[in-house]
Order: sequence, then C-alpha cells, then structure tokens
Amino acid sequence: MDYNELSITRLKDKLESGEVTSVDLIEEYFKRIEKYDNSIEAFLTLNKEEALKKAKEIDEKRKNGEQLGYLAGIPVAIKDNISTKGLKTTCASNIIKDYIPPFDATVIENLKNADAIIIGKTNLDEFAMGSSTETSAFQITKNPWDISRVPGGSSGGSAAAVASQMAPFSLGSETGGSVRQPASFCGLVGLKPTYGLVSRYGLIAFASSFDQIGPFTRNVEDAAIVMNVIAGYDKMDSTSVKREKENYLDGLKNDIKGLKIGVPKEYLEGLEGNVKSQMEQSIKTFENLGAEVEMMSLPHSGYGLETYYILAPSEASSNLARFDGIRYGNRSSNYNNTEELFVKTRSEGFGEEVKRRIMMGTYCLSSGYYDAYYKKAQEVRTLIKNDFDKAFEKYDILISPTTLSTAFKIGEKNDDPIAMYQSDKLTVGVNIAGVPAISIPCGLSDNMPIGLQIIGKNFDEAKILNVAYNFEKEINFKQTPDLGGVK
Amino acid sequence: MSITKDQIKHVAKLSRLEFKDENIEDFTSKFDSVINYVEKLKSVDTTGVKPTYHPHSDIKNVMRDDVVKESLERDKIMKNAPESENGYIKVKKVID
Repeated sequence: MDYNELSITRLKDKLESGEVTSVDLIEEYFKRIEKYDNSIEAFLTLNKEEALKKAKEIDEKRKNGEQLGYLAGIPVAIKDNISTKGLKTTCASNIIKDYIPPFDATVIENLKNADAIIIGKTNLDEFAMGSSTETSAFQITKNPWDISRVPGGSSGGSAAAVASQMAPFSLGSETGGSVRQPASFCGLVGLKPTYGLVSRYGLIAFASSFDQIGPFTRNVEDAAIVMNVIAGYDKMDSTSVKREKENYLDGLKNDIKGLKIGVPKEYLEGLEGNVKSQMEQSIKTFENLGAEVEMMSLPHSGYGLETYYILAPSEASSNLARFDGIRYGNRSSNYNNTEELFVKTRSEGFGEEVKRRIMMGTYCLSSGYYDAYYKKAQEVRTLIKNDFDKAFEKYDILISPTTLSTAFKIGEKNDDPIAMYQSDKLTVGVNIAGVPAISIPCGLSDNMPIGLQIIGKNFDEAKILNVAYNFEKEINFKQTPDLGGVK
Repeated sequence: MSITKDQIKHVAKLSRLEFKDENIEDFTSKFDSVINYVEKLKSVDTTGVKPTYHPHSDIKNVMRDDVVKESLERDKIMKNAPESENGYIKVKKVID
C-alpha cells in the first residue's frame, strides 16, 4: 500500500468499498509493526488478539449491513498515559509498570463508540515529562526519518508509530507542546485542542490546568475527523467546557482570502538550519492564498518557559502524590513502616526527570517560596494570556515555526535539563494561555521535517484546521521518511 | 541564589523521596540550574496583576447531584493492589 493511501479517509473508502476487510487491515498493520518496531521502538504494549477479535466483529456487522461508527475498522495507537480498560497503561514508569486500568478514558470510549480499533499503547517520556521520549523507563523511541535522532516528546511513541506507517493515526497528550513538537519532528499533523474541549477523564494527570489530549494524523482532514470523534463536553471532567458539538469537516475547504495573520516576532528568534527560510516561504504561501500577513508582538513570550517550569511541576508534585505504593503500582519490598513504604516505593519507582519535577514543584509550593515562585508565575500567566487575547482582537490566527530546530540527536540534551526545556520554547505559550494550535509539515532542513504552527483563539479549532488545510493543499508536502534504512 | 545539599534533603523529605549519597551532588547542581533559570520571572512587573489558576476562569465549583451509581468492579481494582486479602488492600501494621 502506498504511504499516502494510509490516511483515515483512504482507509475508510477501502473498507467501505470492500477492497479490504478490517481483519486484513489489522493484520497488515501488525506486519508493519513486526517489520519496523524492533528498530523504532514506538510501542510498549500490543493489543493484537483483542484488535483482531474486534475487526472480525466489525467485518461481520458490515457484511450484515448493520450500522457502524465513523472510524469502523480503522486502527489507532494510544499514548500510554491514557487509560484503556483491561489493557496495561504504564506512563512509561516503573512505578506503575503493571497497572491495568479498570475503566476507559472518555476519549477511548469515544473511539470505541466510533468502532476504531486500538492496536497498542505507545512510548512516552515518563509521566509525559520530557521533550524527547528519552526519559521513558523502558525504551528509547527513534525518529523514523533518522534513527539516530529523537522523535520528540513527550508523545514520541505516538508520533513515531504514525510516521513509520505502523498506525494511520494516534492519540498523544500535551502539557507544554508534547503533541505539536513530536508532530513537527516526525513530519505529521498534530493538534493541541483548546483546554476543556477534549475530556481529560482517564488521562493520567501531569499538570491538570494544562493537560489536553490531541491527535497525530497524516493530513489535516484526518485531524478534523479525529476531533469530531474525541471533542465534546464530559461530565466526568469538571474542567470540560459545555458547548455545542461542532463538525470540523464543515468549512474545512473554504478559502482563506482576507484572513488576517499575525507573526509574533519573538517566535522568530534563535531559529536553526532552514527553519527561518521555510518560515519566510510559508508567509509567502499564505500571501499567495490571499491572506494578509503582518509582524506583531507577544511581549511576554520570553517568560513562557520559566512560567511553565514553575507551574507544571507544581501541579505535578501534587498529582503524583497518589503514587504511594498502596492502592496500585509497584511497592518497594524494602521498608519497616508506612513512611518508609512511601519513600522507598517512590524513590525506586520514579526516574530522575520525574523526581526533579516533583522536587521543583514541592520547592515552589513550600512555605516561604510560594509567593516568589508559584504565585508570581500565575501572575505572569495572566500577562501571557492577555497577550494572546489582545492579539486575537486584531488577527484571526497567529503563525510561527513549531520548534527552533529539527529533531536533535539521541543523547544530545540528556544531561542538560535547561537545554532540553528549550525545545518547548515556541509551543509552551499556547498551553499557558489554553488556546488551540496545530503543527503541520512545511518543509525539510537537511532531510528532516520542519513544522509550521498555527495558533487560534479559544475554540477556534475549525478555523485553524481550515487554514491548515489550505496551506497543506498549496504546498503539497509529500515527503515521507525512507523506511528502507529502518531494520 | 544557590541550592544546598541540605535544602535538597529537606525538599526530598517533603516530597517523600530520598537520594543516594552518590547521586545527590549531581541532582543538587541540576536542580540549582533549573531554579536559577526560573528566577528570571522575578524581573517581571506584576503589580496589580491577578493570578490565572486556570484557563477558563468562568468555570467554578462544578457540582453534580448526589446519586447512587454503579462503581468500578472491585476485583479489577484489587488486581492492581500490590498486596490484598479478603477484598482489602493490605499494608504493614501501622499502630503497635
């Protein structure tokens, strides 16, 4: 099968016309996984038996002319911090390496109601804390474009699985850029929805006022399709926003003449390789499409990372207190009393980056430091949010590169937390403000993909998808990783 | 400001974590670099700025009716417990 045929829309056509059965398709994907995943290491757990069973049921229903969901028979890979009933969910951490959720996350329920088939769970930075998927306790996922490079993170497994054709789409999660950054590094479309649009119920919490689940797809239309399935109010998530359900395919193909686009000048500093020239090229593309592009400023964006690296760890230190070795997860065998049980279990179970963030959060929230760090950062968060609010009074959307550079080498930033944190520089502002953004491929630098970021105001997913769709059609980016070198 | 090993030990205690002697030096120096990094925020003038704790400040105190509903299956929950007995999660004796 041709790479470009592996979009959701094409697979759906093939299944509906009877050209392939769901069972064929699942078997085909597991063949690919067998072929590539030894070197890519995107998956932590495979769900083959269950997937084939489900595929058989769908084929049977289709044969009998029964009603089927929108994604009937389409395989999907799921980041391993999203709870799947009866299927191991580890957050790539030793502390819950054998945990089997007794319930499905709402997004999983939505996918199952649409008859999508879960083929496996994908690798991530431990508890989604990282930007390269290297902090996983289990394995290092490779970038399918160049296996000496990282796929990005924290949703690196979900990105690598789609980029290496082992899944047509996948779900990841974002706290500071963990879908857009790996999408950019792996040449995919990745969407971070508005905070509150997609339910967080069953997503194992990292930083609750930031976390959002989002899709990785091969093209913009597929992203709209997945959003149609996973977006919507959920009473199980108290931060879910009540609003009418939208159809993101409506209006997708409208033109963008007269659209007002802002380019934050702060987002153009420190770009590496061809990222800057590709950005200039992208601006020209938008002008050709009839949009008006203007340089502008988000004056507080220079404080985004600092704000994020106080607030996200603060929330994490509280959320990760639940991993105490009592109700679930691994319990240290090396303790004499309850206090020691907690300390030994957590010290043996968490990796270094997770410990650093728990410690960082505990420090920033501790008495004497709360006002100087936590409260201060929440105030700066207001300023960053105001920057975006103000920008959207004048502009329909903002554009920028998704990342400063293309994917870096495995091990390159491992020993320097600050260098690693820098790779979220252009994505993190969006999470602080809560607004939606998409990353789509816009070109290559030294044969590695570059992502273009399109940012919208709250709940303007339909608009950013429409803009992304126009851009995608205009530049017709068709390059794919050469999997011949992957063994 | 510079973080000391003693401070790390104190924060570790609050976090229910501990560090081996051979790792604490490296951890302290990296922790110090992160703290120094975020110090930059101190230079931002936030006089009169209200904190944002949540992107949608209009959502407040979401309540639901107190209705009895089916809960998760006990055996599936207990499967994840490191130790259990007779449907209870087991820990070492807490009080002598």
